[in-house]
Amino acid sequence: MTKQVILGAHFPGVNNHTVWSDPAAGSQIAFSSFAHLARTAEAGLFDFFFLAEGLRLREQRGKIHDLDVVGRPNTMTVLAAVAAVTGHLGLAGTIQATYNEPYEIARQFATLDHLSGGRAAWNVVTSPDAFTGENFRRGGYLERGDRYVRAAEFVQATRELWDSWDSDAIVADPARGEFLRPGARRGRFEYSTENFGISGNFTVPRSPQVHPVILQAGDSDGGREFAAHSADGIFTRHSTYDAGRAFYADVKSRLARYGRSPGSLKVLPGASFVLGDTPAEAEEHARHIRRQQVSPQTAILMLEQVWNTDLSSFDAEGPLPPFDPDPESPSIIQGRARMYDDPVAVARKWRALAEERHLSIRDLIIEVTGRQTFTGTPASVAAEINRSVQDDACDGFILVPHLIPAGLDEFAAKVVPLLQERGVFRSSYESGTTLRDRLGLGPARPAASWAAARREHADA
Amino acid sequence: MPETSELHLAVALDGAGWHPAAWRAPDARPGELFSAGYWTDLAREAEAGALDFLTIEDSLGLQTAGRFASPDDRTDQVRGRLDAVLTAARIAPHTTRIGLVPTAVTTHTEPFHLSTSIATLDYVSEGRAGWRPRVAASPDEARHFGRREFPPLTQENVTDPAVAAHLSDLFDEAADAVEVVRRLWDSWEDDAVIRDVPAGRFVDRGKLHYIDFDGRWFAVRGPSITPRPPQGQPVVASLAHADVAYRLAARASDVVFVTPASAEHAAQIVAEVRAAETYSERPPPSLQVYADLVVFIDEAPGAAAARKQRLDDLDGADFATDCAVVAGPPGDLADLLLDWKQAAGLDGFRLRPGALPHDLQQITGALVPELRRRGAFRSGYAESTLRERLGLSRPANRYEASRYQIGAA
Repeated sequence: MTKQVILGAHFPGVNNHTVWSDPAAGSQIAFSSFAHLARTAEAGLFDFFFLAEGLRLREQRGKIHDLDVVGRPNTMTVLAAVAAVTGHLGLAGTIQATYNEPYEIARQFATLDHLSGGRAAWNVVTSPDAFTGENFRRGGYLERGDRYVRAAEFVQATRELWDSWDSDAIVADPARGEFLRPGARRGRFEYSTENFGISGNFTVPRSPQVHPVILQAGDSDGGREFAAHSADGIFTRHSTYDAGRAFYADVKSRLARYGRSPGSLKVLPGASFVLGDTPAEAEEHARHIRRQQVSPQTAILMLEQVWNTDLSSFDAEGPLPPFDPDPESPSIIQGRARMYDDPVAVARKWRALAEERHLSIRDLIIEVTGRQTFTGTPASVAAEINRSVQDDACDGFILVPHLIPAGLDEFAAKVVPLLQERGVFRSSYESGTTLRDRLGLGPARPAASWAAARREHADA
Repeated sequence: MPETSELHLAVALDGAGWHPAAWRAPDARPGELFSAGYWTDLAREAEAGALDFLTIEDSLGLQTAGRFASPDDRTDQVRGRLDAVLTAARIAPHTTRIGLVPTAVTTHTEPFHLSTSIATLDYVSEGRAGWRPRVAASPDEARHFGRREFPPLTQENVTDPAVAAHLSDLFDEAADAVEVVRRLWDSWEDDAVIRDVPAGRFVDRGKLHYIDFDGRWFAVRGPSITPRPPQGQPVVASLAHADVAYRLAARASDVVFVTPASAEHAAQIVAEVRAAETYSERPPPSLQVYADLVVFIDEAPGAAAARKQRLDDLDGADFATDCAVVAGPPGDLADLLLDWKQAAGLDGFRLRPGALPHDLQQITGALVPELRRRGAFRSGYAESTLRERLGLSRPANRYEASRYQIGAA
């Protein structure tokens, strides 16, 4: 059966992928930039708009990182405003489970779901680190614990809250003087686990989707299992065809133990793209973008992330350091995950490559990082995307443009029509549907059903 | 302070209006209280009347039948509400001039998130954001979070030393939260983003500042993840009924909403607010004082009072709340506003419509024209940001000033 392609539009946040030196690069914070990307995505009939989150400015060698775009809005607040300038597009926000409480997060997502007519999605991330925790009262008093146990309990708590109102609780009948149906459940809840002990009354009546679409980002074994028992979709780095097929098979195989069908969890890699009228033009354009993404300063900085030491005296246009990295010292980067498992091996490989091909530091970094997922003509990119989806390397992509605000315009105008021609992408939005409907997820499963499936697996 | 004959007018939006039976009025929209369209229509109506700003109520618990009451099983009143900050953000792109001042609770919540959410509201509204900080004193709301035990709260025990100390702590915590929020707003200088291509630098990190707040309830390092909002410091407005709250307002707010029962009482409260400013050693500008009033407005003599009476009958109780309730023709209300303003030196009023949309439409369609005829209300919007409209200058960044001092030393 032909699968339909799912497309998300990622408003890029903080890394060197987002090109700010280009004359066409606009504001990272003005609402007009968010509105532009969201309207482009909606004109291109995308499934959803996607926002990442970072709650502490990154630092390297004890200083705030100053080479990449930085500065972002509050995720929920800007999504509520984006809801006003779009009518169909899903609104996916990344929100930390760590520096929040279920009651607040449930309130905010239920509110967003009401205010958008059923378009809310939550990308759950959980990465307790002391560095980010310095911005939060919860950075101090939360147990570190098993992050995925706490995350699962957190999501379960929000599901209990979203279910706490009957769907027909509000009758608003002035003649009978009944705002609420007598006997209806209206927010009463109690949830008690290892990490949470909460009870009371939830303030937000049942929202159109009941539960927003739940995504999870994290490729570790724990993250995959969390997605299998608690999420509707998984946002992954595995965007290439081969890595995608392995990842897809692994994640989908985990679903059966929780009584779920393969279609109930969508696999959505992040992906970048470069278009050209000819393959050569696309390649040339891609090279130009990679040079913009890797300035001389950025090249040195990325080298430092492997060497884990100060390399500021090196010339980016010169050769690599002759010595090995220092993996034993404390990490020089704070505010993001460590990127390389075996830095010594990586450094030796990079040195060999640079010597063999006579590459400077900057050329080497351009060579080994930042290669776009899709580079080609609109026809070839459409074909590659469709192949990945049909061959079960994924169910669609979350596209990350390299330019704000107009970086998605060309894709929407040129690639989307080709996917439509292939019959693998919608030609209009069906009116009156929620994001869950559009993704083929069906009605939200009650909180109790999610909990029971996890319990049964734990007992088995 | 220069004498001005014009007053400021804000409108307080909450559910179907402030009367508990307002949802039963013939022109109410009770089935739409949780829809974007309802709130957008109300905001546009308020903007059509050139009102200074609107506020949106919020709480971390369900509505109750009284100030100290516990959650109940009543089915004849509105229960349930949306997050006010998100509602304000949803309204923002559909309006262009009116200020948007949602309530957000400081108890249980993270000051860091409060700061970025109000800063973001300021971005999406292009300089029209404000914030009404609020404490959540009840043990019921504390149980929603499960991290702190709060003592029971009743009409009778609020003066007990232990309960009074608890409330005083919450106000102190709120003051700390506002301080953190304000420092985070300033933690980016306005020109921190430099996009210096030759140097490869997007941002000048010398213009990003740690706030290093370390208080009794939380420590926050900073800087913010959100650049300094368009207004620099969005407007902070707090509701205050007593001395402890006047002092919080004097320390932390730009505007204070007070609840006088008469012109004389208003004068007395304004004197107390000024005393609290002295006590708190507040630097200029002084607090702007708005009186809260619940209003029922109809042109025909007796019609507003009769309408209120019908709602009282439906609710089975005479409506009373924490502020004065006025029912009458727009001309009488205009008299009252100008009387109180003159007697007490009030800067303006926050009108709480008894029923929505009816009394909001009466404010914009009848009261505002009446005040304009008397030269007491603006004919339209001249300023684009909320601070400008309230006569507040765009404040200097506290960290920029300290940087120059260090540089000069």
